[in-house]
Amino acid sequence: MDKNTKEQMTEEMADVQLLIGKILRLGVMISATVMIIGLVLLIVKGNGGYPNNAFPTDFSQIWAGIAELKPYAIMMLGIFLLILTPVLRVVVSIYSFYREGDNLYVWITTIVLVILGISFVFGILR
Amino acid sequence: MINYALLMIAIGMFAGFAGAILGLGGGIILTPILTLLMGVDIKYAIGASIIAVIATSSGATIAYLRDKVLNLRVAMFLEIATTLGALSGALLTGVIDPKYLYILFSLLLLFSGYNMIRKLISHQEVLHRAHPDQLSSKFKLDSSYFDNVEGKTINYQVEHIPGGLAVMYGAGIASGLLGIGSGAFKVMAMDTVMKMPLKPSTSTSNLMMGVTAAASATVYFFNGSIKPMIAVPLALGILVGARMGSRIMRDMSARTIRMIFVPILFYIGIEMFMKGIG
Repeated sequence: MDKNTKEQMTEEMADVQLLIGKILRLGVMISATVMIIGLVLLIVKGNGGYPNNAFPTDFSQIWAGIAELKPYAIMMLGIFLLILTPVLRVVVSIYSFYREGDNLYVWITTIVLVILGISFVFGILR
Repeated sequence: MINYALLMIAIGMFAGFAGAILGLGGGIILTPILTLLMGVDIKYAIGASIIAVIATSSGATIAYLRDKVLNLRVAMFLEIATTLGALSGALLTGVIDPKYLYILFSLLLLFSGYNMIRKLISHQEVLHRAHPDQLSSKFKLDSSYFDNVEGKTINYQVEHIPGGLAVMYGAGIASGLLGIGSGAFKVMAMDTVMKMPLKPSTSTSNLMMGVTAAASATVYFFNGSIKPMIAVPLALGILVGARMGSRIMRDMSARTIRMIFVPILFYIGIEMFMKGIG
């Protein structure tokens, strides 16, 4: 590989990493925004929208609560989105290694994603 | 209610700031504050801690668009061991008496603290081997980072990969079984066992602990351990604190970070030992 193509590749990788940085930032911002909306609603309304200070813990309850703008439901959605941000980190890392042409690490990172997926299913079933 | 939320945000900012600098999840700092000072039930304190770990990790992640200090290959390579450990830990609940694990892990932490003191005395922060480690070369784990304090790029090597993987697997079991973030073990596996410099070690730990915590967070989410009134303001504070901590860490010397780290290691180690025997 001559010097020019090598420089081009590093430049391209820098672009890929910038893009990844922006995607990750966006993911965290979305979850933070949802949490902030829920928290502001909670303070304005003065209660979470459920009797006895209860809160929803499964998706059907959360969706139903969001439709009624219940603060706790929106806050729980924000927390769930936050839990997804490290998963997003793993997914974009796979893409980054793929663009680098590093197949070994595409595999390694994919294995991590699969184990994470199994844990998620396990968590939902338990 | 607004006062409670503001207090939680402030606590979160502090925990996220300290956690991001040291590569720890903040559970160590948060659990005692929440249970002892705020009177939160231990079940909800653990749930909030898991969310805190993820918030610290993600807050540190977004501090830079391009993070040139963390080692992504080391992170993903070791993450296989950690996530597998977390899964085994969840499966082993009820099979192993946590008592023995507490004792084992506390001794490991104390040993790691002793090693960190030795490094402080010997002034040896970066490993330079005459011959690169075979496994490390094969998996491309040797790397470099730019150190703001020393004003130069530092090339480093890592070694003892199987040992690092073993400690990481243990760290995963600890987080799955004992519900602790285990950032201290991650830093230990990289810094003490694999001889990676401290700053890449804490940065890489920051990334890894979010992924590991996400693996067990869904269990807590769906069993109702995560109370929105506690977790949300805490997480928001942490995101801000961790972002600041991650930036400030770059301008601190590895020695300073190590000096803060050592007493915390001993504190966690002794606390875990007491849990094991008591």
